[in-house]
Amino acid sequence: MMARLVVLIALLVSSLSVVANPFAAVFASNLIMARSHEKFPEAMLTLQSSIKEHGYTVARVQRIDIGLTGMGFKTDKYRVVFVGKKDEIQYLTKKYPELTPYMPPKVSIFAEDEDTVAVTVNPAVYKDMIDDEEDRRIFDRWENDVYSVFKDFSEAAEN
Amino acid sequence: MKNQILTLILVLAASVVNAAPDGAALFHQHCAVCHGDDGKGGVGVPLSLTSFINSVSDEYLRTTIRLGRPGRIMPAFPALSDAQVNALVEHMRGWSDAPTVTHNTEPVKGDAKRGEQLFAKYCEQCHGENGKGGTGTGVTFSRKRELPIIAPALNNSGFLAAATDTMIKDTLIYGREGTPMTSSLVTGLSETDIDDLVSYIRSFEAQPHDSAEDEVMPAVIVAESPYTVEETIENLKAAITDQNFTLIRTDYVEHGFVEEGKENKKQVVLHFCNFNFLFQALAIDPRVGVFLPCRVTVTEQDGKVQVATINPMLLSGLFNNDELKEACREMTGIYEAIIEDAVL
Repeated sequence: MMARLVVLIALLVSSLSVVANPFAAVFASNLIMARSHEKFPEAMLTLQSSIKEHGYTVARVQRIDIGLTGMGFKTDKYRVVFVGKKDEIQYLTKKYPELTPYMPPKVSIFAEDEDTVAVTVNPAVYKDMIDDEEDRRIFDRWENDVYSVFKDFSEAAEN
Repeated sequence: MKNQILTLILVLAASVVNAAPDGAALFHQHCAVCHGDDGKGGVGVPLSLTSFINSVSDEYLRTTIRLGRPGRIMPAFPALSDAQVNALVEHMRGWSDAPTVTHNTEPVKGDAKRGEQLFAKYCEQCHGENGKGGTGTGVTFSRKRELPIIAPALNNSGFLAAATDTMIKDTLIYGREGTPMTSSLVTGLSETDIDDLVSYIRSFEAQPHDSAEDEVMPAVIVAESPYTVEETIENLKAAITDQNFTLIRTDYVEHGFVEEGKENKKQVVLHFCNFNFLFQALAIDPRVGVFLPCRVTVTEQDGKVQVATINPMLLSGLFNNDELKEACREMTGIYEAIIEDAVL
């Protein structure tokens, strides 16, 4: 009885801790976003470093901002970062060709005044495109990693 | 001993349960990415604007957090507890020393038909036809910062649930200093006119809301090609040009993951762009970069050549942004035309 009570209370405390975790439940939506108080160049470095530390490859950084200011935009700092793990990209695109247009996943990063904002599609969105439970877990892991990378990104200026 | 352990655990659990939510931390966690830590806005609207925060009730803020603005970027936060929502509201109240306003829930009685005519004359220019709201997002780089706030969508179900008639009436009477919203009394409207306008705005509730989240879309546009990979690529290049897009580059899905020259040549990506279209999309929602530049993939597997793109119609739902619908519909047509031209 005592042991059960302890387990119950431990579970209660544990579940409350998850809710209290500043990044555990954040942005439970189709897009995952983060704001950094670092300026664009530093924020870009932080993002790429964290991506690599989490075991992913930055396959390409694409500028999509050529001529932005000429069109009346307030910044010309806008990049798209292509990210993935070689084996997983190869595996997923071979087994699920319909995923190929979405692969590798991308993170867009742009300056917003003195801050920098990063946005990506929640990898959980891709889970709906496949039916193998084992493979769906790949996207669960990606999702956790995105949150972790974005946590690094948003907290870098405070460190 | 057992009793001591039990007491200790219960005290610990109680302390966690009773710990008041930290409004600043919650705001940083859930809101700051769009609204900025200081509430000055970004992708989201500037919440700390004095004339805004001083003129909205706690209930308006609470309901807005709970329901969001369907189809207008602001997501709903149904999972937050009441205590967390209250903590967020209290944190936002810290941006101003002014006393918190309250608005009663009594309906304002006016002539909605007459209000419709007044709306077309005085409000539609900023708030759009049928109160659909201004274009673009918050105060992010896609628009000039001199415009501190975008005209809200008055026909949005989230807005209508959050705003009482008296709040709408007060906004019309006093305007919003620092925004293009001026006092209707200054504009020359009478209180009767204002009541009619409020009744018209409230009548939007009777119209079905066309939310981006209502539609279920296939994730990809795909077609089988009767040609070889190389022939299909050449066809696509011509089709892309025909649609007034510029081919940026052709590479492989594995580009950047394997040594150059060792990529799988049966998984090809054509990247292309129409800069006017790109600027138009970014002006609507700066986050759409995650699907830019435009891409079409050509893959060969088991002897079959397949051409595929993302389905842009899926985007407006992902972004909770109805404004993207038209651009996405147009882009879907372009993708379909390119693919059709290439595989015919």
